[in-house]
Amino acid sequence: MSEELMQQILSISFYGASLALILIGVYGVLTKKNLIKILLSLTIVDSGVNLLFVSLGYIMNGTAPIFSPAIMDGKIEVLKTAPMVDPVPQALVLTAIVIGLGVTAVGLALVIRLFRHHNTTNIDEIRNLKW
Amino acid sequence: MKKIIIILLLAVIGYFLADIFFEIPFGEDSMVVSKEYLDKSPNDLHVANTVTSIVVNFRGFDTLGEVTVLFLASTAIGSILFRRRKVHTKLNPQRNAPHASRIVQISAKILFPLIVLLGAYVFIHGHLTPGGGFQGGVIIATGYLLLLVTYRKFSVSHSSLTWIEAIAGVTFAGIGVLGLILGKDFLENFLPVGTINNLFSGGIIGIIYVAVGFKVASELTGILDTMLSIKVDSEENEQN
Repeated sequence: MSEELMQQILSISFYGASLALILIGVYGVLTKKNLIKILLSLTIVDSGVNLLFVSLGYIMNGTAPIFSPAIMDGKIEVLKTAPMVDPVPQALVLTAIVIGLGVTAVGLALVIRLFRHHNTTNIDEIRNLKW
Repeated sequence: MKKIIIILLLAVIGYFLADIFFEIPFGEDSMVVSKEYLDKSPNDLHVANTVTSIVVNFRGFDTLGEVTVLFLASTAIGSILFRRRKVHTKLNPQRNAPHASRIVQISAKILFPLIVLLGAYVFIHGHLTPGGGFQGGVIIATGYLLLLVTYRKFSVSHSSLTWIEAIAGVTFAGIGVLGLILGKDFLENFLPVGTINNLFSGGIIGIIYVAVGFKVASELTGILDTMLSIKVDSEENEQN
């Protein structure tokens, strides 16, 4: 398979998958009635954005940006045959995952609190109650 | 009807997003700042894992903010869910519930130290292998989750968790301030960097990641414990 065709396929699959994840998440947020499902949809949007970030930093035939002993001794020619992928998006995604975890946890705590008041996680029923 | 409108809306959003995404060339070298990082990380800082050196050293201030967000999240969960927990622990119906089966109990006992060991390994070797404080902390928290779901009577002491969290946080910020005192920038490396790919290399990165590992582990364990003990409260409410 030629290099360029490979690149095309990878491009479509990675960008397409992250786009699909983002859209599925937004669809879930807009249509679902259950609060926990809405939170799950938000996490799906999160993973879509993270996948997009990491795939933006990818370089064809790249290796992980880790200078292992094999690389440092010159056993693997890093910068000629296999360049290192961009480490900055990976570092940003590491941050984003942790922040996403915090947001999800606070959201779940709020859902628990709402469930205690209303005994339901359906957003329509909660809206009808005055408290 | 509503769903059709939403799908149409998403189609429009998706079309324009795709238009932008597929403009970006995939797999091509478009690094600007990263070249500097990839050059400085092994040569100046002697850190093997470039992602770690970016997270803790080049963008260390960002990570301090990230740790603060996690701390805020755990504090927020505590304040949202806190409700007369002292009273309820006495009448806790969950405490009288049967434990998990004996197989699960024994396996949990065997697995727990190994999980904690793996977590410690991941955060101690954060500057050498893929891993770091956040990942290691989460692994340790999963070990505590195993104990919390297996043994109904198991509970973690929140005051000691708070102490561990506070000491780890103060260590992180204190290293930054120490750099300022020694005439460097905030969170800039001031220790000898050592040989690359040795455990004691990379200067302050190892210390900061151990602190972050403890902090994340204690915060997540606290969150898990708070969330698991909350089911009891709603049951009590229904009875009242």
